[in-house]
Amino acid sequence: METVSFILFSFLGALVMVGSIGTVWSRNPVTSALFLVLNFFALGGIYLLLEAQFIAVVQVIVYAGAIMVLFLFTIMLLNLDDEQALKEKFDLQKGFGILLGGVLLVEVLYILGLKINLPQKSTTLTPVEIGEAKNIGRELITNFLFPFEIVSILLLLAVVGAIVLAKKNFSPNT
Amino acid sequence: MALHDLLLALPITFATLWTILLIVVEATAKRAQLTFSLTSVGFLILITMMLFPSEQGYAFGEMLRLSPYSQFANFVFALSGLLVITLSQSYLAKENIHFGEYYIIVFIATLGMMLMASAAHMVVLFIGLEIMSIALYVLAGIMRKDLRANEAAMKYFLLGAFSSGFFLYGISLIYGATGEMTLFKIGIYLQENSATSLFWIGLSLMMVGFLFKISAVPFHQWTPDVYEGSPTPSTALMSTASKAAAFTALITVVLNVSSQTENNSNWIFALSTIAVLTMVVGNIAALSQDNLKRMLAFSSIAHAGYMLVGIVAGSDAGYSAVLYYALVYSLMNIGAFGVIALIEQQRELTSASDYAGLFKEKPLLAGVMALFMLSLTGIPPFGGFIGKYKLFAAAVESGLSWLAVVGVLASAVSAYYYLRVVVFMFMREPQAENQFEGVVLNPTLVLIALLVFLLGIFPTGMLRFAGEAMKFAFNM
Repeated sequence: METVSFILFSFLGALVMVGSIGTVWSRNPVTSALFLVLNFFALGGIYLLLEAQFIAVVQVIVYAGAIMVLFLFTIMLLNLDDEQALKEKFDLQKGFGILLGGVLLVEVLYILGLKINLPQKSTTLTPVEIGEAKNIGRELITNFLFPFEIVSILLLLAVVGAIVLAKKNFSPNT
Repeated sequence: MALHDLLLALPITFATLWTILLIVVEATAKRAQLTFSLTSVGFLILITMMLFPSEQGYAFGEMLRLSPYSQFANFVFALSGLLVITLSQSYLAKENIHFGEYYIIVFIATLGMMLMASAAHMVVLFIGLEIMSIALYVLAGIMRKDLRANEAAMKYFLLGAFSSGFFLYGISLIYGATGEMTLFKIGIYLQENSATSLFWIGLSLMMVGFLFKISAVPFHQWTPDVYEGSPTPSTALMSTASKAAAFTALITVVLNVSSQTENNSNWIFALSTIAVLTMVVGNIAALSQDNLKRMLAFSSIAHAGYMLVGIVAGSDAGYSAVLYYALVYSLMNIGAFGVIALIEQQRELTSASDYAGLFKEKPLLAGVMALFMLSLTGIPPFGGFIGKYKLFAAAVESGLSWLAVVGVLASAVSAYYYLRVVVFMFMREPQAENQFEGVVLNPTLVLIALLVFLLGIFPTGMLRFAGEAMKFAFNM
């Protein structure tokens, strides 16, 4: 069992990396978006390995499904066929940025790689039960009721803000 | 959700319901003037609520923490919001962007800030931060036809989203390291166990998010462009209340992890380096700015540096000084931006030399502006002086005299660019006849000036409130 999940994890992890590198690397925006889909699917698989079925399903439906469709539509609407314009030049500032980013990456990887005793939460639920939609839903409307409700203000703000910024012929009234 | 929770968190319950009311009214009546009045009423009710002592405690199952601390902070936010919208009205009308939605978004931004100040749980803290930030991105870009404003909003949005990513990653690593998301439980865990390197990297990533929001060096590059491009009243809100909110949230987090940060030389070294850099870079860069909005942007970086001194001090005195300074700084900076907005909307004049001879034509306006400039410099008897004095005194008490000295030297440098404006206003001849014709002094500005003055002469009352706020902040 251990080896099976290790092989699966390695495979999915490699897919995640291929997906993200491909997203940044490819010149064609549509190819970029498709690599991102690959990345999202593979990440959903990793969630499944962690026994978080609900998150995995949401990841595939919301990100790989809904959001990527929006992405692709936007790319097609914008008609980005001039790929040369997207080509970036390499300069000293970017080099410095890459260097700093690399240092940060190594630092984080080093710390994540250390053997740290993580605190264990005591719970009566098995890992599989924690990942179930039923238990997540119960948490959301008991312990996390307040954040769950207040997010609606955030969404309301996003709707109002998007309309203010994007609606055509939006003229002031007195 | 018991009724008791709703009542305990009354300011937040009220602000939420009022937001919905505002949206419904704006959608049906479509009159910006009406929405403005209702928003002001909302702010006034919030301010009144904050003036009365209320019950303390945790609401909604340890999600919110209502205390004199959150009360003081909410007072600052609601007051700033009210002042900003009263100063916005004529500016928006002149720029032809007088949307009722503007006021609603300012109100929602304030709600986000209140959540940040009352948060007892990392999730609520993050949601509050996001509500505030997204509202500010919209406010930055509300002048849709203006290219610079679009650039400002885009820059702010992209960099802000990036910093939120750091913040969220930090939260998740801290959760991994301590197994808790409730702030005081994290504190208990850290008292009983030693902090792992995982915790430290989480805290550092969270700090990156905070330092971005308060525009501390080296996370400040976005500030001048965004402040210059955004509509001036929006800039006033961005540079004051949002910084105050980030500072109150920062204090909440730092207090709960204080068992690890207190007398920790690495922590003090890192934070004091950032404070020194912020004060020095902000003030030096402000020296060469001719555009007043850009100058105030750099000076607001410097002011974030002064407030960081209070955080480095790490004592109750330091934190209450930060609270007090947040109040005074909000008032004087909103005032200064208010004057700029008044003159900008009439004449498109934004550089310091354009203010030449303002005193001759509009003596009262020039007087008010001079008062804000002197207070920002930290000259007695204005509020800014007492604020700075308290901050630096707290640093000296905590044995960081050198930091206080750097702070005083930095504010001496700042005198040059603040007083330059005063010199232009009072001692130079106007560039043209009737240069400032049509500029009408907004009574709100006089009120703000009066408050800044009173906070300088009779600071004891407010200082006591700030002190009490800290005393009762976390001993539950």
